Amino acid sequence: MKEGKMVISMYNDLDYILFFGLIGFAIVVGFLAVFWKRVASLENELEYGLAGRRFGTVIVWFLIGGDIYTAYTLIAVPGLEASAGGLAMFAVPYVVLVYPLVYIFMPKLWAVSKNKGYITAGDYVKDRFSSRFLALLVGLTGVVAEMPYIALQIVGIEVLLDSMKLPVELSLIVAFLFVAGFTLISGLRGPALTAIVKDVLIWAAVLTIIIVVPIKLGGFGTIFSDAKVAGLNLNISPALDAGYVTLAFGSALALFLYPHAFTGALSSKDANTIKKNSSLLPLYSVLLLFVTLLGVAAVAVLGMPFDGKHGAPASSFAFPYLIEHMFPSWFSSFAFAAVVIGSIVPSSIMALASANLITRNLYLEYINPKASSARQSVVTRIMVVVVILGALLFSFVPAASRQIIFLQTFGGAFVLQTLPAVFLSLYTRKLNKWSVGIGWFVSLVITVIMLVQMNLTVSFYKYFFEVYIGLIGLGINLLVVGLITLVMYLTKHVKEEGTIEEKDFEYSS
Amino acid sequence: MKVINIILLAIPFIVLLFGITLYNRSSPSLGGFPFFYWFQMLWIFLTALFTSIVYLNERRENGDKHVQ
Repeated sequence: MKEGKMVISMYNDLDYILFFGLIGFAIVVGFLAVFWKRVASLENELEYGLAGRRFGTVIVWFLIGGDIYTAYTLIAVPGLEASAGGLAMFAVPYVVLVYPLVYIFMPKLWAVSKNKGYITAGDYVKDRFSSRFLALLVGLTGVVAEMPYIALQIVGIEVLLDSMKLPVELSLIVAFLFVAGFTLISGLRGPALTAIVKDVLIWAAVLTIIIVVPIKLGGFGTIFSDAKVAGLNLNISPALDAGYVTLAFGSALALFLYPHAFTGALSSKDANTIKKNSSLLPLYSVLLLFVTLLGVAAVAVLGMPFDGKHGAPASSFAFPYLIEHMFPSWFSSFAFAAVVIGSIVPSSIMALASANLITRNLYLEYINPKASSARQSVVTRIMVVVVILGALLFSFVPAASRQIIFLQTFGGAFVLQTLPAVFLSLYTRKLNKWSVGIGWFVSLVITVIMLVQMNLTVSFYKYFFEVYIGLIGLGINLLVVGLITLVMYLTKHVKEEGTIEEKDFEYSS
Repeated sequence: MKVINIILLAIPFIVLLFGITLYNRSSPSLGGFPFFYWFQMLWIFLTALFTSIVYLNERRENGDKHVQ
């Protein structure tokens, strides 16, 4: 350890004022967003849940960036790098490959949603397959995948509150009641405007760290060689090659099937906004690479990997450890506040996206089909609060705080199974609700079995080249969908379903 | 979508997914970064560039017409 040149942060009153001041500012912005870009009343599901589909390139950049690059990114990715080494770099090909996929799929989905007035993926599936039940399955899969993701944001900031000697559970409850509050009031406008505050702070913090740390530690070459000497495997074991790329690819396919990313894309004002963002959003991937490097630097400073063994801290401490050992306390307060806001923004969007699904594909279809748009927006507001409270409860389960990055890949494995219904159906009308529904069911069951076989600790399947379990599930899913479709085709049972015409996919360029 | 655009969007997938055994290595390093790190960083920029080219291609081809 290089104890000589660093001091561990001790927080004074001014540091706490800075920390609470920044977080308080972000929350106030979330509430004030209710007045932003208002042309219609918020007593309307489209205005409340999708901000009227009116966001331009810049806001969509902040909004989608805000919900992809989260507190999870800033805690778990350096944590994984600092414990498992090069494996954490999967996050880079993951967020690199996601944008060509966005470019291919999302403009079409945006167009059909605009033309037919959809707010959720379930809305599209319902019309495409003439099946409100399939829409419900897709919607519920999204909500189930979203819950641990929100919990991940909450768990993610626990170690920071702990580092700052704050009462963890009380702080989390207070913070997330405010999140529920501004989402309840402002709808999607809340997290969209807060995302700007979040990004300014996070970019400032990460850029400062990535410049100062190498200067203090003698350059990246020294950081990498020190980390290697400390016992970190900077590459991945060749046995994990297949696991690495399938995890990256599967996560990329899954990302825009998550309700929060889907909602962000649908709030664009036109299809070009999405296409432009496919070229602009990779800027954030650079940020992701930087935070991965922070994990390497943390190991270089500590002198051993953050694997929780032999007295080493657990992986989630890598980020706060590095900051507190390299910077004065006021900067730690600043950086930690940025990360806390980085958990607030995505939690808000995720809760809202889940609430939209519950309202549109459960409440409106099964409970009150005659609900007006105003009534729907009220139900969505209630569900926002329910979802956030649920995620808070979820996050207080002690086991969840360990290995938090895997919780996200579990959700990803589930949500990935909705790909045939949402993406594949954009390109063929031969699929029908039975093939897609059965494929979804079979793959979900098999995915769960495989995850249980691996004791819920890793998402690589050791009986099949360490391939990412979600992608194996998708392979089986597509096989089932293909076989059933083929049989129906041969027995002349294929008929084109749904109420969506080809012209509904068109948009002006 | 034109063939050239499909190829441009497909290249990052081919390189990053199937090239893993080739880029999972430490040398040659660049500016202190092991190969594994700088090579993947490079593809952030290349992929963004390719996607931008596809966007500009489509805009030029379609003008104000409607596209699929």
